Parts: sequence; structure tokens; C-alpha cells
Amino acid sequence: MEIVEQVLRGDVRAVARLLRDIDDQVPSTRSILKELYPYTGKAYVVGFTGPPGAGKSTLVDQITAYYRRIGKTVAIIAIDPTSPFSGGAILGDRIRMQRHFLDKDVFIRSVATRGHFGGLTKSTHDMITVFDAMGKDIIIVETVGVGQGEVEIADCAHTTIVVSVPGLGDDIQAIKAGIMEIGNIFVVNKADREGAKKTVQELRTILDMGRRFRMDIGEMDDWEPPIVETQAHKGIGIDELCDAIERHKAYLTAQKPEQFRKVMLKRTLHQFSETLRDELFKEMVRRIERRGDTLESIAERIFQKELDPYSVSRQLIKEEFISHEQ
Amino acid sequence: MANERKLRILVAKPGLDGHDRGARVIARALRDAGFEVIYTGCHQTPEQIVQTALQEDVDMIGLSILSGAHNYSFPRIMELLKENNAEDIVVVGGGIFPLEDIPKLKAIGIREIFTPGSKLDDIIKWVRENVKPRKAAA
Ligand SMILES: Nc1nc2c(ncn2[C@@H]2O[C@H](COP(=O)(O)OP(=O)(O)OP(=O)(O)O)[C@@H](O)[C@H]2O)c(=O)[nH]1
Ligand SMILES: [Mg+2]
Repeated sequence: MEIVEQVLRGDVRAVARLLRDIDDQVPSTRSILKELYPYTGKAYVVGFTGPPGAGKSTLVDQITAYYRRIGKTVAIIAIDPTSPFSGGAILGDRIRMQRHFLDKDVFIRSVATRGHFGGLTKSTHDMITVFDAMGKDIIIVETVGVGQGEVEIADCAHTTIVVSVPGLGDDIQAIKAGIMEIGNIFVVNKADREGAKKTVQELRTILDMGRRFRMDIGEMDDWEPPIVETQAHKGIGIDELCDAIERHKAYLTAQKPEQFRKVMLKRTLHQFSETLRDELFKEMVRRIERRGDTLESIAERIFQKELDPYSVSRQLIKEEFISHEQ
Repeated sequence: MANERKLRILVAKPGLDGHDRGARVIARALRDAGFEVIYTGCHQTPEQIVQTALQEDVDMIGLSILSGAHNYSFPRIMELLKENNAEDIVVVGGGIFPLEDIPKLKAIGIREIFTPGSKLDDIIKWVRENVKPRKAAA
């Protein structure tokens, strides 16, 4: 396929168009991704997550500058929310990354969540596949800056960085359950603000508690997530952050091959389950339509209480996937 | 079951002045119309604008201007798009333009010019009528 050649060659226009088609779920992208898949597995994926305005994009900009200095090529997937009212979005993460716009070895792509929950987009993992096949050394993912339950990034990234800022609340409530478990590195950005030390301490306490808990249930690994204070807009603390990323990468790739295997398997499982879920759903919709029915009209009957969602789902699966095979 | 294709629009501000209120207002209006808007902030060079447009695969570029920088930046952007085989991207301008410049800008391929009197609704309507999302690969 010509498009496969173009992606492998690093053709910007071809890659940009493919990413669009993936985001729009154009069916033919599946066979292109299939062809690209054998070329993947070389890129290192770094994820940034944290509340809105914490400084994620500014940190991504700084880290990108670091990787370019040591000669690595970079792709950035920057995610912003879709407006639930209009379906439109303002994708503004690029504002902080202007100095990389003319660098041929930095490819920045802004994407909107389009109703996907979890902090990423439906397309994120497949976009990583494209950038990996394209030969990018480092792929940086900036999650959408909302809430606390957005932990999907940990299923995509090798190193997950959780960004917080001083004074998010009386205590660290703003980065609680779920998020604490996924961080391999914690950043307290805006350390120029009051309360940075307190935030670091609170993070430390929560991390220690989690550590003791995991020790008790025998699920201990020996990576202790470092906490790094930064002032991203001034470049302060960035060397320490880069050092922490390199140490985590070395920990995974050199010291702990079994940990690395675990991370790689987790990523693969995520991509596989998402794809399977998606394919199954689409196949079912196709079959429903072949029967001359639609999701909407079934929903209408459910709404009228003629059907219920539980039985009708089971019934469809039985008729379409189980009894057919016999 | 392919998703509906969304229009992707780059709103950029070439030139030296740092007032981007106009650009922000138009970016919001385009979002509220259901489009995906890539917003890159002030002080963009033509090179930066075109690279961004290519990487983001946009259907349209909206250039916001206050300072009269259009005489240099608009032709340069059109030239760069041509060099990159990206003339299919629709380019429009918005802001303050001397009346006599408008035909010149249209002659180099700027599809429409919106002056401060233009209503947001009319701009959105124009976009809907004149810009279509690029066709998906088969
Ligand atoms: N005082 C201070 N401001 C900072 C620091 N780092 C970033 N900022 C500013 O914080 C604002 C938000 O930064 P972004 O990098 O856009 O934050 P973000 O987390 O990407 O935001 P969203 O993508 O909207 O969630 C910008 O105005 C930055 O200049 C810092 O260390 N100290
Ligand atoms: Mg951001």
C-alpha cells in the first residue's frame, strides 16, 4: 500500500491525513494499521496528566526541547475536551509549543475527546501506532485536563507523569484515588507559588501509605515515584524531571526486564481490548441493520417498555453470534 | 458507522501585535458551531502557520490581523501552501484591511475577507457553505 510506504518514510501530509481518518473512524484505516503494526514497538511513550491549567503543555514543551537536544525525534498527541453542547472544540495546547513548529523532527497533533472518557481519545492508541511506525523515538501524550478519574493514560504510556500544583484545595483532594496509583513520577509545577513544599509533603505521605499497603498485600515493586518541583514556564526543575524520566526508563528497560514486559503487555492488552470491543460493537450494528432494524428504533421500544436493555442485548448476541455458529 | 467528519480549522495570528481578543472570539464561535479549532496564539510566522496546518490536516485557515502585516504574510502563506501541494486548504482573513487591499488579497487566492463589521453568524454561515471536510481515503 502506498500510504504504508509514505508513513514509514515519514511523509507529513500522508501521516496527518491518516491520523484524521483514524480519528474519524474511517473503516479502511484498520487495514493500514494492520500493515503498520509490525513496524511498531520501538518508540517510548511518556504521558502527562493532571488538572486543567496545571502546566502540562508547558512541561511537554520543555521535555520536547530536552529530547531534541539529545537528538531524539518526538511526536506529541495533545488532547483537549470536546464541548458537550456543540460537539466542537478549541484545541489550544500548541500555544505553549510554538518554538517546535518548524522543527521537522517534532510532529504535534491536537485531538478532541469527542465524548470519550478516560482522559484520552478513542484514537489515541492507534495514533501512537502510526507515530511509532513512522520512527518517532519519543511519543508524548498530554491528557485532557479534567477531573480525577482519567487513568487510561497508564495503559498507553511507559512512563506516566502526574502533574499537580500548590493550593489545589485544602489538601491534596484534587489528585486522589486512582490518579495516585498510576504516577511513575509526580511533578509539583508552579513551585514559585506558595504552598509548594506542603503539596510535596502531602504527596509523599499519600505515596508512602500506598507503598505500605502494597507491601502488605505483597504487590511491591521497587520503583519509588520521585516528586519533582518545577517552574515550567521558566525551565526550572526541568533537568531533574528529565533525569527522573530517564531513571524510570532505565529501571524498566535495563534493570527490570520483567517490569518492562508487564508494561508492554498492559499496553498491548489495552489496545487489543479496545479494538475488540469496537469491532464487536460495529459488527453487531451491521447485523442489526441487515435485519432492517436500527439501534435507535430498538431504543425507542426499550423506552416504551416493550423491551428491556438487558434481555434485548443478550437476545441479539444469542441470535447473531451464538446460534448462527452452530 | 463511520463517524461524521468534523471540519478542522486553524485560527492563527500572524504579525507582531499581541492582541488576540478577536481571534479568541472567532475561535469560540467556530467551536460553538461544532467545528474543531486549532488555536496557536500570537506572533505566528507564515512558516509556522503552514507547518501547523499540514500537521493538523485542517480544511481551513483563518488569519486574524490587526497590524497591517497582511501584505507580507498573506502572500507568503499562499506561496508556502502551494509549495506543499496544499492549495486545497481554504484561507480566509479577518480584521482591519484597507479597502484597496481586498481585491489584491482575493487575487492571490484568499477566499474571503471579514472586516470588523462582519457578524459572527454570517462568518459561520459562510464557512458552512464554502468549506467541506476533506474526503476520507477510500
Ligand atoms: N506561575 C507559574 N505559571 C506557570 C508555570 N508553568 C506554567 N505556567 C502557566 O500556567 C498557564 C497554563 O499552562 P499550560 O501549560 O497551558 O497548562 P495545561 O495543564 O496544559 O492546561 P490545559 O491543557 O488547559 O489543561 C500558562 O499561562 C503557563 O504559562 C509555573 O511553573 N509557574
Ligand atoms: Mg495543555
